Amino acid sequence: MTGTPFRVQPALDDSNRFFWTSGEDGRLRFLRCQDCGYWLHPPVPRCPMCGGRDVAPEAVSGRGEVWSYTVNHQPWDGDPEPYAIVLVALPEQEGLRLTSNLVHCSPEETRIGMPVKVTFEQHDQVWFPLFEPA
Amino acid sequence: MTDFEQRSIISGVGQSVIGRRLGRSGLDLTIEAALVAMADAGLTPADIDGLATYPGAGVGAGPGFSGPGTPEVQDALRLSLDWHAGGLEGPAQLSAVVNAVLAVGAGLARHVLVYRTVTESSEQGSGGRQGIGLGGGGGGRVPRMGGSMQWTIPFRAYSAANWLAMNAQRHFHEYGTTPEQLAMIAINARRNAALNPTAVYRDPMTLDDYFASRIVTTPFRLYDCDAPVDGSTALVVSAAEHGADVDHPVARVEAVGTALRGRPSWDQFDDMTTMAARDAAANLWARTDLKPADVDVAELYDGFSFLTMCWLEALGFCGVGESGPFIEGGHRIALDGELPVNTQGGQLSAGRLHGFGFIHEAVLQLRGEAGDRQVRTGPEVAAVANGGGPVAGALLLTRD
Repeated sequence: MTGTPFRVQPALDDSNRFFWTSGEDGRLRFLRCQDCGYWLHPPVPRCPMCGGRDVAPEAVSGRGEVWSYTVNHQPWDGDPEPYAIVLVALPEQEGLRLTSNLVHCSPEETRIGMPVKVTFEQHDQVWFPLFEPA
Repeated sequence: MTDFEQRSIISGVGQSVIGRRLGRSGLDLTIEAALVAMADAGLTPADIDGLATYPGAGVGAGPGFSGPGTPEVQDALRLSLDWHAGGLEGPAQLSAVVNAVLAVGAGLARHVLVYRTVTESSEQGSGGRQGIGLGGGGGGRVPRMGGSMQWTIPFRAYSAANWLAMNAQRHFHEYGTTPEQLAMIAINARRNAALNPTAVYRDPMTLDDYFASRIVTTPFRLYDCDAPVDGSTALVVSAAEHGADVDHPVARVEAVGTALRGRPSWDQFDDMTTMAARDAAANLWARTDLKPADVDVAELYDGFSFLTMCWLEALGFCGVGESGPFIEGGHRIALDGELPVNTQGGQLSAGRLHGFGFIHEAVLQLRGEAGDRQVRTGPEVAAVANGGGPVAGALLLTRD
């Protein structure tokens, strides 16, 4: 794939702005409970595990593995090039996952278990967290 | 004390004409289906005192998805209602049926008209199925995505096809499920649709035909995706005593499956291979003394083919991870097999009536009125399941 594809933009608000702008410094962040250490995704104002209200964005390593994937061929947005949608499992917490795209490799090379690392694609004020082979 | 399910019956069912691009309004189709269902139940609009639908007007995923809301249908039929409800949130499309059974069981209504209407074929037009989030509205601008969809759509995962393909891929990975096995869901559906005069796709489909169809999103091919249609399905849930007043056998809801115990999320749900079907099915079996081996016919949602496999496992017709070998060759799930599945042709070939085609078919099978596709052994117990991902609902029906 060459160039930057069309992307629907997220609607930024106070609950998600940290996530969508996190890539400005090259780091991927999720909310984390400052009391019990649980990672919260999607963001919510209170820790569902301990009830703590002290939750704050914290950087993760940016590494993960492909938990599952699909290679899309349907030109939903008009682009006929196949692309890989991946579900990335993050090592920081079991079950913490992010739907994203695998880039910088052929979609056909995508495999479950593949080690990947985050890379960002900037569109205006949003940094989309994508993944590439690690 | 009896379970609430025992206090009602499905006294009547009906469908409108079903087809591609009929060009008729959802309300028009709904009235047509409702009149058939009420007549089948031996009732007129004056008898109806409850109304339920999924999902209600103007909500959900894309043009033609929602059908008319209950106020429109109430007014069109001049119904006088003691109870009414519509909504998208609940145990899948079957939430409307569950709500009706609850309302009758609680004594809030005596005869509830339940319907689900789609006009996706006409409203999607020649452009084919649309992705979510790309609708530009009047100005042609794509809206920004908030809520739960912000976690999928900006990554160009525009459709449930994409999300569920990842569930299927994970199942392939964990259990060695193959594309040849998956193909049997579509091939079985087409085989049954050939015997159903209202099905939209009835030409025979071979394994070669299946593999010649284009890939939508791996491992799903075009024939793994259901076919948008226009059509309405209606049923009447009546107080059990009404069974003596109808001139045909009736079906009864033996148990509902409404549970959602994992996280309600497409990508954070704990087990991608079971999805929420696991929870709804476990809930269903906890509410009845019947067992999976008692089920004579299974009408299992196939918005995408893999979902039927998921339901086969969740409902215990085979072991977890064993749906691939179970359906291999397509003999077990055939009309004359040990567990006939999607006997009307499913949504893959009969058309995407969005869940309600399955309950309509289950009732016909239990009543022995399914024509050329009637299961010959005289089914007495039917399983109906709707939904995929974090959305799931199931019903066990018996012949009364």
